[in-house]
Amino acid sequence: MAWFKKEKYTTLKPPVMKDRIPEGLWTKCENCFNLVLTKDFEENLKVCKKCNHHHRLTARERIAMLADEGTFQEMFSNVQPTDPLGFVDSKPYSERLKAAQKASGHDEAVVVGKAEIDGIPVGLGVMVFEFVGGSMGSVVGERITRLIEYCTEYSLPLVIVSASGGARMQEGILSLMQMAKTSGALSRLAEKKVPFISVLTNPTTAGVMASYASLGDVIIAEPDALIGFAGPRVIQQTINQILPKGFQKSEFVLEHGFLDKVVHRKDLKKTIALFLHYFTGQKPRSWSDEEVTEASENRVSA
Amino acid sequence: MAITAFDFEKPIIELENQLLEREKQEPRDEEAIRALREELERKQREIFENLTPWQRVLLARHMDRPHSMDFVQGLMTDFVEVHGDRGFADDKAVVTGFARFRGERLCVICQQKGRDTKENLMRNWGMMHPEGYRKAMRVMRLADKFGMPIVVFIDTPGAFPGIGAEERGQAEAIARNIRDMFTLQVPIVCIVIGEGASGGALGVGVGDRILMLENSWYCVISPEGCAAILWKDRGMAERAAEQLKLTAKDLIALEVVDEIIPEPLGGAHRDPQTTFKNVGVALAKNLEMLQALPVNELLEQRYLKFRAMGKFVELQQDEATSSQSE
Ligand SMILES: [Zn+2]
Repeated sequence: MAWFKKEKYTTLKPPVMKDRIPEGLWTKCENCFNLVLTKDFEENLKVCKKCNHHHRLTARERIAMLADEGTFQEMFSNVQPTDPLGFVDSKPYSERLKAAQKASGHDEAVVVGKAEIDGIPVGLGVMVFEFVGGSMGSVVGERITRLIEYCTEYSLPLVIVSASGGARMQEGILSLMQMAKTSGALSRLAEKKVPFISVLTNPTTAGVMASYASLGDVIIAEPDALIGFAGPRVIQQTINQILPKGFQKSEFVLEHGFLDKVVHRKDLKKTIALFLHYFTGQKPRSWSDEEVTEASENRVSA
Repeated sequence: MAITAFDFEKPIIELENQLLEREKQEPRDEEAIRALREELERKQREIFENLTPWQRVLLARHMDRPHSMDFVQGLMTDFVEVHGDRGFADDKAVVTGFARFRGERLCVICQQKGRDTKENLMRNWGMMHPEGYRKAMRVMRLADKFGMPIVVFIDTPGAFPGIGAEERGQAEAIARNIRDMFTLQVPIVCIVIGEGASGGALGVGVGDRILMLENSWYCVISPEGCAAILWKDRGMAERAAEQLKLTAKDLIALEVVDEIIPEPLGGAHRDPQTTFKNVGVALAKNLEMLQALPVNELLEQRYLKFRAMGKFVELQQDEATSSQSE
């Protein structure tokens, strides 16, 4: 089967964005519907220059954007999904998994591995929203937990980029328990004082938000991402009220004290590198000796 | 006692009514009464030994089913409640405090439903807000500090989905509780007595032992919620309940739950005293077992317990490599 075809380590070489973009010279913004040159759109990391809408990146694009060129080595890809409950809704879960593998080009809803971010070695996990809504089942929980345990063992800072609608219903209670498994592993990472930077992208909700995504030493979100516990529709139905404007968006969550920063995509990598510097004392490679003495706002905007 | 009956209980209710009539008749026909009693018990066994997952969900929500504080009152003495999260409010969907059980000190955390509309409004139908999770953690930390085992009674349709709950960080509160329960240096026994819905339950649900009453359920989502999302029809809840594998027996098979506590015939609400007795026996046994463990071993076992949860396929490295070269 195609989804078995995986090496233990896959080295990704940027730029990979080109072949992921729909063909054509122009790309239409999902938010303001303005047409932009596809080339400019890609160069701007799929952020609309007109309205600042951050379009979703694939996991490969995200890794290419954050990890230094050629440094990402995938790990634990031998952990593969199964259908523990024999779950059937409109189609069997086992078929849903195969369809998701085909459609997303990924074998599960997270890719984890080792990488360097501006020269600083990290454990990096990136969720795949295209795979069953980035939902966390046994494989996501196991891969994330193995990554956390690896980071704990080697005192390697951890960075996880989340994009998830929550737990994977088709795995029932087992998906719920991945919240406990991953959070338990994070308690041991924290005990060893290894930093964890949690990055939230659109959307990060429910079971993932109510476990590791909320447990970063710092939590950074991209602008206008949906972030929360319950989905807006469920809330609206429960309380029978119109939800306030901007409810559960990054800026709202920042305002209420549950985020450290909302960061434009173009500043994300250097912001992560700066926190890694403060938490580990290691210097990002891009800082030349002279630059180090300068104030940090020269490199990272507020 | 007026007991609400479900459709599947109708044959039982009918026999009970016949029995009542017979018993009132003069002169008493002992033979007929005995026959009816036997028939009633046979019928009850037949129905209750073959309950569908959905029927168990209904029983778990039965309005006369014992709630968390009923177990505290039925099993423990000298209960003293403590209030508030020291940050925002006192969430009455969770009752926290200390009690004595067979002479031992305990910390008790009770997800609490109401008995009528008025009490349910106060208890928010057992749906906690962030301040409830924070109150629970505050009190569990006191237990940790003063060396008391923790008993958690789980009974919630879920964490509350509302504006205030989101504004005050429902996800963060649950996540932090889940992580920090791994660090509490006292035994933790969690007992699902009714509904164990999703993160709302797990937010106080990390324990050394997880026990379930026979007719309780525990799952990542309610059957209605699952049906609404996957079937786009809440009416498919019965089907969802079957697919989700949410009964105590299912959870034993999935290696999530340690023990099923039997309920009296007809369900916990038919005979609360027997239910309390069964829970008491299970609780005492599990506490004794856990208290015998040194702290480091207790924490290691708690970690490994949850570490082992989940089902996946693990390919050998050479398998992965050979399929790569195909
Ligand atoms: Zn735009």
